[in-house]
Amino acid sequence: MDLDVLWLSRLQFALTIMFHYLFPPLSIGLGALMVGMEGMYLRTRDPRWSRIARFWTRVFAVNFALGVGTGIVMEFEFGTNWATYSRFVGDVFGSALAAEGVFAFFLESGFLAVLVFGWDRVGPKMHFFATLMVAIGSTFSAVWIVVANSWQQTPAGFHIVGEGLRARAEITDFWAMVFNPSSMHRLTHVLLGSWIQGAFFVMSISAWYLLRGRHRWFAERSFKVALLLGAASSLAMLVSGHGQASAVAVNQPAKLAAFEGHFKSGPADLCLFGLPDSEAGAVRAAVCLPGGLSLLIHGDADAPVVGLDQFKPEDRPPVAIPFLTYHLMVALGMGFIGLTGLALLGWWRGWLFERRWLLWVFVAAVLGPILANQAGWVAAEVGRQPWVVYGLLRTSDALSKAVSGEMVLTSIIGFGLIYALLFAVWVFVLNEKIKHGPEEEPDASAPPPEGKPPRDVLGAAAMLSGRGGSLTGRDDAAGLLAAGQAAPTKVEGPAGPEDGGR
Amino acid sequence: MDLQLFWFVTLGVLLTGYAILDGFDLGVGILHLTARDDTERRLQMNSIGPLWDGNEVWLVTFGGALFAAFPDVYATAFSGFYLPFMLLLFALIFRGVSLEFRSKVHTARWRSAWDGSFFAASTLTTFLMGVAVGSAMRGLPIGPDREFAGGLGDLLHPYALLVGALAVATFAMHGAIYLHLKTEGALQQRLVGWMWRTFGVFLVLYLLATIATLVSVPHATANFARWPALWVLVLLNVLAVANIPRAIHQGRPAYAFASSAATIAALVALFGAALFPNLLVSSLDPAWSLTLRNASASEATLGTMRNIALLGMPFVLTYTGIIYWVFRGKVKLGPHSY
Repeated sequence: MDLDVLWLSRLQFALTIMFHYLFPPLSIGLGALMVGMEGMYLRTRDPRWSRIARFWTRVFAVNFALGVGTGIVMEFEFGTNWATYSRFVGDVFGSALAAEGVFAFFLESGFLAVLVFGWDRVGPKMHFFATLMVAIGSTFSAVWIVVANSWQQTPAGFHIVGEGLRARAEITDFWAMVFNPSSMHRLTHVLLGSWIQGAFFVMSISAWYLLRGRHRWFAERSFKVALLLGAASSLAMLVSGHGQASAVAVNQPAKLAAFEGHFKSGPADLCLFGLPDSEAGAVRAAVCLPGGLSLLIHGDADAPVVGLDQFKPEDRPPVAIPFLTYHLMVALGMGFIGLTGLALLGWWRGWLFERRWLLWVFVAAVLGPILANQAGWVAAEVGRQPWVVYGLLRTSDALSKAVSGEMVLTSIIGFGLIYALLFAVWVFVLNEKIKHGPEEEPDASAPPPEGKPPRDVLGAAAMLSGRGGSLTGRDDAAGLLAAGQAAPTKVEGPAGPEDGGR
Repeated sequence: MDLQLFWFVTLGVLLTGYAILDGFDLGVGILHLTARDDTERRLQMNSIGPLWDGNEVWLVTFGGALFAAFPDVYATAFSGFYLPFMLLLFALIFRGVSLEFRSKVHTARWRSAWDGSFFAASTLTTFLMGVAVGSAMRGLPIGPDREFAGGLGDLLHPYALLVGALAVATFAMHGAIYLHLKTEGALQQRLVGWMWRTFGVFLVLYLLATIATLVSVPHATANFARWPALWVLVLLNVLAVANIPRAIHQGRPAYAFASSAATIAALVALFGAALFPNLLVSSLDPAWSLTLRNASASEATLGTMRNIALLGMPFVLTYTGIIYWVFRGKVKLGPHSY
């Protein structure tokens, strides 16, 4: 069997990175919102805010686990499938990846433990600190990986050592590498995209509760916190997106030409939609603003913009995929501004939670940012082709020489099956969490069977195991604990013999 | 210390940290099915619940540091081990999600499916990492172009499989001692038996692997002839191993845990001493081996990375310390448990 290793390796990378990228933006966005929600609890000391924070933390933990699992795959895959690329960029890309491990992953994974398991072991201030650290950690991880990817788009601060197969990039100026021409633009863009995704995720679930008439206080507050972040980020995205497109025009003109379907150099139109045809060198069925692109980039509708004809055929990116994904992203971005703007208006006028159709739109709208984030990355990465490191290393030269097509096919099938299963389980578990909802008001739960509430978790566990030995009833345990917390005795850490003396 | 040597040693430190820390939680997974009921399984899983994720970051950081400090080694090894590493990735994914998802649904079938997957994934992860270490010890068919030129047979050689089995036994023992520290009552009593059983299996495989190394991997002992001071590592290793049954017998599990941690550290140190100055030994021609001299990143990058490591590690150790302190003591089940 003659299998195309290049095509299969690209397919596998696309599959694994796109699946992975469902989770990190959600972690970053939800992390930022959790800081806000728990901050509200610290300020007001209203236990209802604490329940809000707890619910979203549980949802966060499920996403985080998948983000970690699918993220390790990415770190391995550079070496397994793209060994020549790894040799070429190791000096640059490796340092960013190692910095990500040291500065970001330890921070988020460590404090995640306190976040998820530490509610009864640390005080509210320490818990808030842990939430803040997890949010900062997940943001840091975006910093380093976007820096590394941006270096591939706009390499800087390096020189090439060696020739032919042995050639590789070595850092000459670390900070010029970090602050390469595209890294700050792209980082802003990625973080805003993550905040929008987190915000729409929270708004979707909250809107669903409101439509069902469940957890009203919880849902309204969660929705409003998320709406503030979502609206601000959507608006800021307009500025970021314009800045980034202008930077791409300077740094990667071929990519911009692919985004806009601009085949021939000269004054460029801005197409709202259309179907690019590379053979004919034109965009079909297009609706365009004449001179729009020239105006946006140069401030002059007649200014020439570099077209694909300026590049040798073998250096041109494909047009259809970048064009369509880029336009999808921009259209969705405009939609987020409109939708959050409308919701803000409704909040101000007092009808936000009364318009059921609007809430239904918000339930479905969670798909928007997920699609936009995926589409944006597809446009960015396919638009960089045929280069893996822009202008320096071709994707077709970056493969592992020791790896055959059969091997990659085997692993693609493996990833396909496992990721399909994971996706199904993720949706199922998320759905269970949403159906279960936040903890109820403490006075709604039954008083503990014994006169005195259990002093600690062990007590609760012992009481439960006394009742038929079933500890599967986590809801019972939660109810008991909630009752224990409602009593004035603070739930302490474990009071086992190990700790008694300390 | 020159930078290439600094990074060789630092990678050893990261690998040691990973093996000791993730070692006990992988061991808990290997022993998962020995628990008798759902409560015991939950207790065992929750003993590592807040910790396993942070422990795994040591592996991620080891990988990142290898990529940055020795890009050629990372590229050759990861592409050479393609299929075993893909299997390792699948196992790592299943391990994480088994822990995370098992508690989310209350049916027996759901839970027993994730129980099986947690056990299998933990065992497979450990075994494959042991196989990788064994293959690295033995040497790989690496050509002059620094590419792996062998097949699966070179990776699944009996010696490598033996080291894989040793890894499983070591982590199972380490995990049993850890669980004994974290549990109480009948479960803890039963774990005494598991500590002895896993120690017995470990001891047999440890002796077999030692003999196999002396007989079939001659280059592994070359450094010991050159620098006799390295025998100190062997001595420490033997003392640490011997101390494990002594501490178990005396009923001092914390001491036994320290001894098994020291055993793991000594084994990683011996692995490093056997390899030095190579990172990947070519079994075709020693001149084609990847060494810390010929496979490293540039001086400038190694220097920057050293500064990052020296700046970051105090923070890492601080939060690791905080987390282990917060979750000290016997494991309890509560509303936030798995």
